[in-house]
Amino acid sequence: MSDIIVTQGLSMHFGATRAVSDLNLSIEAGQVFGFLGPNGAGKTTTVRLLNGLLEPTAGEATVMGKDIRTQSVEIRRATGVLTESPSLYEALTARQNLDFFGKVYAVPEEELPQRVGEILERFGLLERADEKVGGYSKGMKQRLALARAFLHQPSLLFLDEPTSGLDPVAARMVVELIAEQTRSHIRTVFLCTHNLTEAQRLCDVVGVIDRGELRALGAPDTLARQMWQRVWVDIRLAAPVEPQDAVAIQALPAVTALEPNGARLAVEVGGDQDIADVVAMLVARGARVLAVTPREHTLEDIYFRLQGADSSQEAQA
Amino acid sequence: MNWRAIRAIIAKDLRQVLSNKMVWLPMILVPAIINILMPAMITLVPLLAGLDAMDTGEMDVFLKIVPQRVEPGLSEMSAIQQWVLLSTSYLFAPMFLIVPLMMASIIGADSFVGEKERKTLEGLLYTPLTDDEIFVAKLLTGLIPAQAISLFSFVLYTIVVNAIGYNIMGGVFFPRLNWLPLVIWLGPAISVAGMGATVLVSSRAKSFMQAQQSAGALVLPVVFLMISQTTGLFFLGPSLIWLVGVFVWPAGLWMIWVGARTFRRGKLLASI
Repeated sequence: MSDIIVTQGLSMHFGATRAVSDLNLSIEAGQVFGFLGPNGAGKTTTVRLLNGLLEPTAGEATVMGKDIRTQSVEIRRATGVLTESPSLYEALTARQNLDFFGKVYAVPEEELPQRVGEILERFGLLERADEKVGGYSKGMKQRLALARAFLHQPSLLFLDEPTSGLDPVAARMVVELIAEQTRSHIRTVFLCTHNLTEAQRLCDVVGVIDRGELRALGAPDTLARQMWQRVWVDIRLAAPVEPQDAVAIQALPAVTALEPNGARLAVEVGGDQDIADVVAMLVARGARVLAVTPREHTLEDIYFRLQGADSSQEAQA
Repeated sequence: MNWRAIRAIIAKDLRQVLSNKMVWLPMILVPAIINILMPAMITLVPLLAGLDAMDTGEMDVFLKIVPQRVEPGLSEMSAIQQWVLLSTSYLFAPMFLIVPLMMASIIGADSFVGEKERKTLEGLLYTPLTDDEIFVAKLLTGLIPAQAISLFSFVLYTIVVNAIGYNIMGGVFFPRLNWLPLVIWLGPAISVAGMGATVLVSSRAKSFMQAQQSAGALVLPVVFLMISQTTGLFFLGPSLIWLVGVFVWPAGLWMIWVGARTFRRGKLLASI
């Protein structure tokens, strides 16, 4: 797969504030890339840079092979953006909003009414399409803003905090829509979020940014393997663990920690390949093993581990 | 230039204008007051009260500065005819300029600052339009309706003034020659200047009201024109109107040019 976004040393400084600092990214076409970080980390500034809204202080970047400094109009023609606030014209109806953006994005005149109708239906807004957007709920506005981002069928979508400020039901609906629409239309998505559950659900690759600097980049499981070389395994047995069995397992060379708790046993081993030795030992000693579950590290674990590393570095400094 | 997109922005902005009472109410009230209420009062009150009851001192001052070649038959007219002709055609002429000025600044302020105020600017900046295309669209959003409303106001004023003065003047007497440069030359120049001032103010203004009030200060020179003429300082005849336009046009275009140079995405984002 070719890289759809490439940045090299991309930096944006506002006076003494380093909003984005020496950012190096390469994102493959067809991926859902999660850009994670707290508020003010530099996520929105990066989206603005990649769409040519801001001129970088230093560094280079191409989006779909086009230079962000000299070909920003071509880039924006092929991207769809959901901004953090919906940016909708509340005095206009949903249909009028989409009709306006369709014309601005050069959707052919003869196709536009049908395209608008279809997208309103796809995003569940057809019934209230001719009502003024000012009367919509926050969730509906967000769905309409998302519909607008999809309207001109962009090959690259930027979604900036798509569920920010939504109630759990509306947030879930928006996440479902993003998952469904990106899957069925095989688009590349650049998702800025500080919602880790949302990122876990949607992203193939993540980048973690904090105070303008990229702290980590990779697929979540690769990042987890880099951060946690050892694996915790939860084992459920038919009967409580015998003390002598626990001692025997502890004595295995691959086992570095053990936490017996009634009929449950948590064991830390060197890697996935060591799990079989632990299970074989238990079975050999007459234990009945009901379930073996290696613990997966979530994005949340990764994120907070990175934050923790930062905090401890700061404390040492 | 992407004219389809520019037309879409103009149509969208005008829809927004019509949905905002703070914007469309002055668009109706200003022409109504200037083109119906004020000429009606100025001409009808002396007629009803009797011209003798009025202090005609001001008119005497004014009569002295009207050149013979502009109104050759003025000295043969009755006092009441002189009053109707001079008040509606000359004394009142500068007031007409308030219409294109106010319209351009009201609609322009809503178009430029309204996007910021309603938090829709960022969405527009992410579209494939160039900075210049957005700027031109916003400019035309203010200028086209300002010109259309000015022309409509002129037609309305012509009807009202002729209706009121028909019997006194013995027929249709309006418009006089000075209204030609006023409507086709100085009026558009004033609306361009109003728009230019609005563009400059809009880059710093956070709200429609703030932008409109600041740009509205341009009304002061128009009021100056009117007072100066009333006090006999000069006569705003056709030649002077052409001449004033020669200065107003470049001033307005210069403000728009400066505004266009500063209308850049990066700066606009910083102002959100």
